[in-house]
Amino acid sequence: MTKQTKPEALRKTPSIYPTKTKLQITIIFFVVLGFYLFSMVWTQREMVGGFGDALGNMYTVIEKFFPPNLEVIPKVWEAMAQTIQMAVIATTLAAILTVPLALLSAQNITTFKPLYLFTRTLLNTLRTIPDLVLAVIFVGLFGVGLLPGILALFIFSLGILAKLISETIEAVDMNPLEAMRASGGNIFQVIYFGLIPQVLPQFTSFVLYVFEINIRASVVLGLVGAGGIGLVLDQQLGFYNYPNAMAIIILIFIVVIVIEFISNKLREALI
Amino acid sequence: MSTYSLPPKQPKSTSKKVKRILILLAVAAIYIWTFLGIEIDWGRAFERMANNFDRVVPKLFNPDWTATSEVALKIWETVLIAFAGSLMAAILAVPLGFLAAQNMTRSKILTAVGKWILSAVRAFPDIILAILFVVAVGPNAFAGVLAIAIGSTGMLGKLYSEVIEAIDMKVIEAMEANGANKIQILFYGVMPQIIPEFLSYAIYRFEVDIRASSILGIVGAGGIGTMIIFASSNRNWNEMGLILLAIIIVVTIIDFLSARIRRKIV
Repeated sequence: MTKQTKPEALRKTPSIYPTKTKLQITIIFFVVLGFYLFSMVWTQREMVGGFGDALGNMYTVIEKFFPPNLEVIPKVWEAMAQTIQMAVIATTLAAILTVPLALLSAQNITTFKPLYLFTRTLLNTLRTIPDLVLAVIFVGLFGVGLLPGILALFIFSLGILAKLISETIEAVDMNPLEAMRASGGNIFQVIYFGLIPQVLPQFTSFVLYVFEINIRASVVLGLVGAGGIGLVLDQQLGFYNYPNAMAIIILIFIVVIVIEFISNKLREALI
Repeated sequence: MSTYSLPPKQPKSTSKKVKRILILLAVAAIYIWTFLGIEIDWGRAFERMANNFDRVVPKLFNPDWTATSEVALKIWETVLIAFAGSLMAAILAVPLGFLAAQNMTRSKILTAVGKWILSAVRAFPDIILAILFVVAVGPNAFAGVLAIAIGSTGMLGKLYSEVIEAIDMKVIEAMEANGANKIQILFYGVMPQIIPEFLSYAIYRFEVDIRASSILGIVGAGGIGTMIIFASSNRNWNEMGLILLAIIIVVTIIDFLSARIRRKIV
């Protein structure tokens, strides 16, 4: 571009956005920026040495963790298998129990409003509790082991699954259902021939999605004593045995990627 | 009575049938493996539950209000961790999102590289990242910020790349034909199409990160999780009740606000 003053007409062209919007956006931008700077300062206030030291530390950490001691993998394989089994059982239980809950929290099926609102609120509250917190509570109740892990995963995935599926049910095309009703189908026929074919592909896809989430959640549940590979990882970290811990982390990483890949392929085939 | 015939059924291809049967067999095998492999000592677990029930559950519903100020401070720290982390991720994810979008790089290799980086990052659970960063920067809230930032970049980058791949390319072609350079195309062709959705996803991710950052303290990365782990090892279930209440309230408020803002943006 040549150095040229803008022509008069161009300079006076009003902006597409009104001044008020511009002002609002500027204010929001600075509020966000200010809050960000504040939170950066706040979260670093307990840090010794500040950010510069942290970068140097990062290098020492890599030295500590590498090379990973891959010899531990055959020994931890059983714990890894338990982790996957935990996720399988929890997902299955959640998939079964979600059906009545999803129907109760779908507005077009449960026309009785108080019941619908009650289930909705219950599910919303359930979903706010992080899985590890549930695990902590169940470990307190049942003691260390696989059962608290399965229960925590089950409750946690029930909340997600019921919400996703109730939304699918609410988005169902009600016309075929009404037509079936009008031509004399009873309620079971309507559900079996009208509702299930519309919901089933999504249902399976969501179950697989929740299974992926559960796999990722189950590997860390052991950190609070709920069994599986996380328990072994926690022990190794407790002994400051970083090469072993790194080998376990790599194993977790590979298992998560493989399962996600398979589940993705299955989901694509289904929809 | 008029006679009618049903429409003919769609013939199913054999390959589809074989696929179905294989999937069914695989699922059956997984279940058999699971139920043979898992062993739970039901007797002991339920005995413990029967013993512990009165000590735990009623106390959860009877929060210890004396800890309010400490819990409030820690939950505030949790919100700060989530905010700083998700904002960092929202910015870090932009270049990665562009890299992983097929229509921006126009190179299969670069796109594949971008997609691989993003899915590799996504495969790490947040808390594992937190473990690594706690060792790196020490047990403080900043380790949590870094864990959230890296953890969220994977998912945000993927969502961003999907948004970019879905934009209307006709606008960009028209601009190219008119002789606009790359920067102009980026600012006037691409950005207006993607900014609302980028913002919406970033805010959604903040919602998710609030939940994630509330547990990071379990491995020492700051926030309310620190109190969770102390309360559980001290068997202080009254305090746990208050912590739970605080998490539920904060998450609900943030979910509500974020849903409203997102509805306004898109």
